Amino acid sequence: MTATAPTPVIGRPLPRVDGRPKTTGTARYSADVSLPGLTHAVLVGAAIARGRITAIDAADALDAPGVLAVLTHENLPRVTAQPPLLPSLAGGPSPGQTFCPMQDDRIHYAGQHIAVVVADTYERALYAARLVHVRYREEDPVAVLDQGRDQAYVPEKIFGGLLPGRSARGDVEAGLERAEVRVEATYTFAPNHQNPLETSSTTAMWEGGRLFLHDATQGPAATQHTVSVMLGIPHADIRVYSHYVGGSFGAKASTWDHPLLAALAARHVGRPVRLALTREQMFTSCGHREEQEHRIALGADRDGRLTALRHHKLSLTSHFDDWAETSLEAPAQVYACPAHEGVYRLVRGNTMTPTFMRCPGEGSGMFALESALDELATRLDIDPLELRLRNHADRDPASGKPWSSHGLRECYERGAERIGWDRRVAGRPEREGPWTIGLGMASAVYPIVPPSNPQRARARIYADGSAVAQAATAEFGTGAATAMAQVLADALGLPVERCRFEGGDTDLPNVASTVGSTGAAMVGSAVHLAAVALRDQLIGRAVADERSPLHGADPGAVVPVDGRMALRDDPGTGESYAELLTRHFQPDAEAYGSFGPPQGEPPAAMITLGAHFVEVAVDGELGRVRVRRMAGAFAPGRVLNARTAKGQLMSGMLWGMSQALLEATHMDAATGRWANPSLGDYLIPVHADTPEVTVDLIETADHVVNPLGVKGVGEIGQSGTAAAIANAIHHATGRRIRKLPMTVEDTL
Amino acid sequence: MTTQKPTATRPTDTGPLPVRGPGPVPVTLTVNGAEHRVDIEPRVSLLSALRDSLLLTGAKRGCDQGTCGACTVHVEGRRVLACLTLAIACEGRPITTVEGLADGDELHPMQREFIACDAFQCGYCTPGQIMSAVALLDEGHASDDDEIREWMSGNLCRCATYPHITAAIRAVRDTTSDPS
Amino acid sequence: MRPLTYSRASAVADAVHAVTVDPESAYLAGGTTEIDLLRQDVLTPGRLVDINDLPLTGIEETRGALVIGALARMSDVAAAPAVRTRYPLLAQALEAGASAQLRHMATMGGNLLQRVRCGYFRDTESPCNKRRPGSGCGALTGVNRGHAVLGTSEHCIATHPSDAAVALTALDARVHTRTTAGHGAYHIDDFFLLPGDTPHREHPLEHGELITSIEIPDTPTARNSTYLKVRDRASYEFALVSVAATLQLEQGRISGVRLALGGVATKPWRARRAERLLLGAGADRRAFAEAAREELADAAPTPMNAFKVELAQRAVVRALESLA
Repeated sequence: MTATAPTPVIGRPLPRVDGRPKTTGTARYSADVSLPGLTHAVLVGAAIARGRITAIDAADALDAPGVLAVLTHENLPRVTAQPPLLPSLAGGPSPGQTFCPMQDDRIHYAGQHIAVVVADTYERALYAARLVHVRYREEDPVAVLDQGRDQAYVPEKIFGGLLPGRSARGDVEAGLERAEVRVEATYTFAPNHQNPLETSSTTAMWEGGRLFLHDATQGPAATQHTVSVMLGIPHADIRVYSHYVGGSFGAKASTWDHPLLAALAARHVGRPVRLALTREQMFTSCGHREEQEHRIALGADRDGRLTALRHHKLSLTSHFDDWAETSLEAPAQVYACPAHEGVYRLVRGNTMTPTFMRCPGEGSGMFALESALDELATRLDIDPLELRLRNHADRDPASGKPWSSHGLRECYERGAERIGWDRRVAGRPEREGPWTIGLGMASAVYPIVPPSNPQRARARIYADGSAVAQAATAEFGTGAATAMAQVLADALGLPVERCRFEGGDTDLPNVASTVGSTGAAMVGSAVHLAAVALRDQLIGRAVADERSPLHGADPGAVVPVDGRMALRDDPGTGESYAELLTRHFQPDAEAYGSFGPPQGEPPAAMITLGAHFVEVAVDGELGRVRVRRMAGAFAPGRVLNARTAKGQLMSGMLWGMSQALLEATHMDAATGRWANPSLGDYLIPVHADTPEVTVDLIETADHVVNPLGVKGVGEIGQSGTAAAIANAIHHATGRRIRKLPMTVEDTL
Repeated sequence: MTTQKPTATRPTDTGPLPVRGPGPVPVTLTVNGAEHRVDIEPRVSLLSALRDSLLLTGAKRGCDQGTCGACTVHVEGRRVLACLTLAIACEGRPITTVEGLADGDELHPMQREFIACDAFQCGYCTPGQIMSAVALLDEGHASDDDEIREWMSGNLCRCATYPHITAAIRAVRDTTSDPS
Repeated sequence: MRPLTYSRASAVADAVHAVTVDPESAYLAGGTTEIDLLRQDVLTPGRLVDINDLPLTGIEETRGALVIGALARMSDVAAAPAVRTRYPLLAQALEAGASAQLRHMATMGGNLLQRVRCGYFRDTESPCNKRRPGSGCGALTGVNRGHAVLGTSEHCIATHPSDAAVALTALDARVHTRTTAGHGAYHIDDFFLLPGDTPHREHPLEHGELITSIEIPDTPTARNSTYLKVRDRASYEFALVSVAATLQLEQGRISGVRLALGGVATKPWRARRAERLLLGAGADRRAFAEAAREELADAAPTPMNAFKVELAQRAVVRALESLA
């Protein structure tokens, strides 16, 4: 008899392993850590957006009860070195910007950190921070695009030097020239802030010359490396913990200056320091999605087949970094279009360097592209879904390669069915009282980024048959710990209840930050490879062991099942890991796995795709828009845990709704200060905004992306969502809104 | 119109009220059934007292401005925001936090359903959501999904797990109010 | 938040005396605005007198009026059967405000005294004539999408944030107070001051004068009433525009109407012009629209909030249509 293949644990919708700590309030986040002698640090931000500090008077603050120290540029030690801007996906030092505050008297943006106040209680530090008196020499800031439009430039590179400022394939001019129909439009985007519910927080402690940081981050190693370089102390002397992270959405993807300041403050006062940003400081301390404007020109023939696509973006960056979120690359791969031109133009302004925010770039790029396609569909009187099918990219239009896996057609089909797309009649929306009902759709795309360097994990099995996998990744809500236990269980053939994942500590094997929807793929692959190595090691031991029932067997004929190693063709012959280990007086065994960068040029192009279908109700008289139903279908390769994956996708879709209808940080152009830095004024959805959301998973086999065939689910849910909503509003009202967010005044 | 500036009706003859602070003063708080004496300044919020003095860090400081709901606890059985409440004003008013919901190892039904319905991701807003949800059922504002959503709107979830939170509340409502 | 001393009062007279004699002191009731603004350093009292133990929480039906204690919580008032049946617009306005948690905390007196939701008022680095008289107004040329279009001045355009006060304004409520000298009462129209050139003065109360109750006269027409609130998100947000309306018809003609607007004015805005036009008119869309247009005729919008002028008119029409 042959062993029936065990039901894989991977994919099963298991409940999250961290349910109990998270529902009982016992999960300790970085600002929940209690240490003996803990003190509290509060930052002071610059009141002006541009100029110099002429005087800083900390006497009142120092006199306030409980105050231990006030650090400013006048007494803060200089940093040893400033690492270059590099996304934390690369795995090394990854500052959010190449400007480090509190090194001199210059002010580049409002809210720039200019002092750290340390006191024995939070309330005392918070108040003393208001007693630091600062005088400035102020200059007029450039705070919005309109103030610097004439100084726009095309950067040679963006995104930490990883992407060109200008890219082109085919002859765009000729393509637009020969087009029978052209759509040209400009789409504008308000700045956005990530606003995870947990504000960025670091608790710092020095002991025996070593630095220990509890840091809310998407990548503990990124904090370790960045702080190490800036402080000039060995990597090995810094240990970063990040056991629970209260959301990030890009705010904690890079290392900003507060972990460094917490470390310096702790060294200065000789006690542990907790530095938790205030909500207001979350608007000026960890980047944002920049103000931007996209100009699209697309050409098509009468049948709607694209001939050329030109996509230019203008956005505001800081005075020190050429940053633009990557809006132009992945959208250029969705459709079979022979000619494409993407150009970034930047304006330097008095802002901190913008950064990642969920669906960084694709969220804005796909709003522009998918809105423009809808405009084209309207012009040609072609059903918007049909238009997209006519332009389906059978191969990657950028590289000409075949796809490693695709699935977009199936996503269209499933989503259309869910929303009832066939009832949609162009120009004829349904009505219910004051509400007009519209349907809209859009494609979703998100790139797949291979690892830049080896991603490592360790798997260990104990003699009692329980196992743990470890990697220095952070769990910020993705469900990584749950999914990784499943990966471990399958590779070892153990019940998942016997498997555990541990992360959040830089003493564990190193992985890059979990950003860009790469967590499941990178950490998952490393865990898988570690567990497979461990399994092979133990099978190797067994077949070489005269006392094992498997002695002399072909290792390739031995499979793990139900906690045992057994012959595939004779499952009765075998033994458990526990028996093997116990016989050898071995308390445990472990192995490493390393998921490296691809060797040579990959044979296929890799991308993640999906489709959005939404139903909106518009009360045009009062300008109200309510999203009623959202149906998303996505093809994320293999799914590690259907429950947590669907959760991520649903969450991304609701982020898209939020981007579409609510989120805007308003800049006071005269002062360069954000005008609504609070969760009362920067609107994100509440329960009452929530529509009915369905998520369909189209699983596709992919043997190229990584050993597990996993793509990613963190951001694709948000890609194209805002366009689907705008397109539905157009269907309902005939009104084309080309700005985000779309608010009351746009639909009135 | 009918406005009158104040007019004398009776003389006032009261003594001065005792003044406490501004330095630390002993304050007795009753939290999850146990009495605790803490020395805090009157300006210290209930949220800070719970987190920093009693090390009950379930209630979270998401905004400290009354705009997110992550610090929701019960005072005298009603859901309130600990960030906008002074600890000293809670003397004599029993407080329940998320740490006080479970009965030993036995989770509160709302905690169980939050896990079963995948009603959290990062978990940061979760203690506040759960405290709010428990109160919501006591208040009787969970008759249908729309009502649940409206009356839970004071608790932001940036992971946007809202549909799953609604499902969890519905599940607890349907099991606990089952007339059979 | 600055260092504070704290006293808890159990008798009204004690509380009033304590605050009156100490210019650095303030009452503490629900605290929902006050604690927030203390932490922002916008409010700077040195002493808080906690009045939450005062016996001012009743909701009593008296002959000719409903009397709501100043310390009755928003949630309790909204749930009170007398309020729900006699003044649906007030119950709706209360439940449209803030969140369930805040409504459990916030008191009716505090609701009337809540401070404006203007970013420049909250931000101590910005000029603000309300917070620092004479320092200027950041909102006039700044980000003012949410600001007022009615009752503004060149010194302040902050919108009054309350929903409940809009309903109370439509209901001709009276605000009763206590001082060390005795009792006072204000018609609600007199209770809220336009900014003019003294935007820091928002109400006529003297230091130490304590709101004790809000009296709502019997208003039989209020049984047919509504509170319509338009905002960007579906809940937990201040109004862009809101309308409190009551309507009574006799043989197709309007025999009674009350209208007040929120979200558009520097104080809860009684739409008396519109009411005058509507009395005796036919209850149709055209009459509603014309009255609304007249009420907004003097609106002084900025480029960012110009939409409110149109939105307010349409909201008035919608509210009245729902009652007709």
